[in-house]
Amino acid sequence: MKAELEKRIVKGPDGIEFEVDPLQDYYCQEAPTVMPAAYSKIVEGFFNWARAESLWILGFGTGCGAIEMRPLMTPRFDAYRYGVQWRPTPRQANLFIISGYLSVKTLKRAIRSYEQMQNPKYVIGLGSCTINGGMYWDSYNTLKRLDYYLPVDLYIAGCMPRPEALLQGFEDLKEIIRAGKGEGANQYAQYFDWYKMNQKQVIHDWDMPDYNW
Amino acid sequence: MAYQPDRSQYPARRPDGLSRHPASRDTSTALCVGSLDIDLASGKYLKLWQGPNHPGITGNMSLELTVCGDEVVEGKTHVGYLHRGFEKLMERRTFIQCFPIVCRICVPEPDFNEYCYAAAVEELAGIQSPERADWIRTLILEMGRINSYLMYLGGQAGAFGLGVIGQWTTYVRDLMLDRFEELSGARIYHMFILPGGVRDGLPDGFEQRMEETLVEIERVMSDVLDVMFRNAVFKKRAVGLGYIDPALIEPYGVTGPPARAAGVAKDVRKDQPYLVYPQLDFEPVTGADSDVYTRADVRRRDLLMSIDLVRQILARMPKEGPLMAKIPNVLHWKIPRGETYIRGECSRGEYGYYLVTDGSGYPRRVNVRGPSYTHAMALMERLIVNCNIADVAGLLVSLHTYPPEIER
Amino acid sequence: MRELYAKLNRLFPLGELTERRSNLAFITLTAEYLRPVLLHLRDREGFSHLVLLTAVDWLEEGQFQLSYLLSDRANGRDIGLRLMLPRDGASMESIHDLWPTAATYQRELREMFGIDFPGSPRINEEFILEGWTDIPPYRRDFDTLKFAQENFVARPGRETWDPARHMKDQLYPDGA
Repeated sequence: MKAELEKRIVKGPDGIEFEVDPLQDYYCQEAPTVMPAAYSKIVEGFFNWARAESLWILGFGTGCGAIEMRPLMTPRFDAYRYGVQWRPTPRQANLFIISGYLSVKTLKRAIRSYEQMQNPKYVIGLGSCTINGGMYWDSYNTLKRLDYYLPVDLYIAGCMPRPEALLQGFEDLKEIIRAGKGEGANQYAQYFDWYKMNQKQVIHDWDMPDYNW
Repeated sequence: MAYQPDRSQYPARRPDGLSRHPASRDTSTALCVGSLDIDLASGKYLKLWQGPNHPGITGNMSLELTVCGDEVVEGKTHVGYLHRGFEKLMERRTFIQCFPIVCRICVPEPDFNEYCYAAAVEELAGIQSPERADWIRTLILEMGRINSYLMYLGGQAGAFGLGVIGQWTTYVRDLMLDRFEELSGARIYHMFILPGGVRDGLPDGFEQRMEETLVEIERVMSDVLDVMFRNAVFKKRAVGLGYIDPALIEPYGVTGPPARAAGVAKDVRKDQPYLVYPQLDFEPVTGADSDVYTRADVRRRDLLMSIDLVRQILARMPKEGPLMAKIPNVLHWKIPRGETYIRGECSRGEYGYYLVTDGSGYPRRVNVRGPSYTHAMALMERLIVNCNIADVAGLLVSLHTYPPEIER
Repeated sequence: MRELYAKLNRLFPLGELTERRSNLAFITLTAEYLRPVLLHLRDREGFSHLVLLTAVDWLEEGQFQLSYLLSDRANGRDIGLRLMLPRDGASMESIHDLWPTAATYQRELREMFGIDFPGSPRINEEFILEGWTDIPPYRRDFDTLKFAQENFVARPGRETWDPARHMKDQLYPDGA
């Protein structure tokens, strides 16, 4: 564990000493809970329509697929016309595109970013390497199967997928959300222990709290 | 046209004492910066992480900044978020199997990996690629350089808040990707240069469509010159930022545009010409002031030079001839024991492959020397001292770093 | 390059010379002469640019080869210095005071090969890997496929063939 994460006594500017335990004090310790659907089917349908029409993507390029994000944002492909836009912070985003292979070191950051996103949230796995390892099937540092570590709503195959494939992927994700099947966040909450077990299996120096939104 | 900054108004080197914190190190003379004792508990300093999830960072890497007020007193680069272990993976692939994975080492300019790897294998195996293939390789490398610079210009302007430049340059980059697509069938990873030659010749009418693309790029570049390089905001923030002393060029292994912007005409295309560069007519672009502005300007002029080179190549390349040398049966391709180093000038600096073979059908060791390796680590950690937090993104982009080639 | 080798050989005892191209040669030498040769090449011969520093694992011979590649831009020539280290407890003198950028290479070698460079800045900090507990991954005796199969969950359905055998069966059934 890193020194800055250990329990320590800190002297404040006013001279009073107090104890700080970063893992306890800075993060939420409670596991996420399953969010039930709205009381009425019509209201839930309306919510799902609204969710589908504003996909805000977390601008975290975890792998080489991030290079096709730039053309998507610009006039030729212009994903903004579909209500898709990129946000710099997880708090404002509801769609996490895992853009390619996830190395173990990035997985740690990706978990943190995912948990910091607000419900409802969705994950797209982009590229062959999120599906079964792709090119890096025998690499010692990349994950072979993303859905064991984060709940994936949709995969886009290819190495790397073209921007048109991504646009089609957004449309398909909208269909899924409108049909009320975009339940990744609830799945994560329901099988939280299983996800944590898998994550801890590959991240050997686990120095995060279990849930850190 | 060379830009002449008004140096009285924007001194190339920030005047001493203006923004230097007493605790920050005087880095003007020392070659190697030691570690500074920073007492975080004193409350004077704050640890600030920039990245990996941050808009002001190039790709998936992070900077650990120790700040005092809004000034950085120490910066450390953290990489490894994109590590796939290429050098290990290539040791268990045959020589021809390595060819589709090498391009994935550097995403924005993958062709240099293909060229350097192919040339290294050819040299150790004693294969000479045909002349027409060399011309096509040079064409692809120059096209890739244009792509990479266009991406850089958008990023550099974006780091200082000029979002529109990125929209324009990505638009013309897409046109260039179309040319790549009709040539190789892929937008990003072309896998076109393979050991022994290239996969195919140019399609019909390629020269005509390429000329249209080049004209469009030139038109956009003249707009970029007006909107970005003559913009008061960009000048105020970029001139004088990130000064690299020419004395640091050799100790820190600086190559490419950062070295040329400091007045050192380091260009592998001229120093150790490869492919058909000896037959082409060009001069390395250099600058004088060695700040972020000059580096951007050097890259802009280098881009225009690449456009000129593409025209020269298309006009002078042979239209007929073989594209592939005869290579042995790739299943049983064994290369005798030996080692070599092949370098090329990519858009960021010197790119090289160090290949060791041991007489078996697999490479013994492949080492990739990416220019970002020295720029983003040792040099960046030195330049970042005394930098304002808001300028860190612009400084990092000006070194044109791509993390995948640091950690492979 | 032969004149340079002869000139160097008068000053320092050197090993064999391998000429790869007219402007690239590799010279073998022993660890105690590395620093004087590097200094001589840097200050007297114009090889001022450290291109790369890397290692090769010769597992069968029980040795690591360290390769220092220097470049002389003015004359357009490169020289590689080869240095053999015993694999057990490999340790080498740091050259970060000659080229500050060497510290990064040494950090990588420390992590990926387990070669120690005492005195190099931040040598024991994690560089690329995080929480790595196995043997250093670039060593030849580290099996990346086995590690991947043991640590990561694979998706069923992926068929993997030995490419040579597969291509032979599919393309050259007569055994070319």
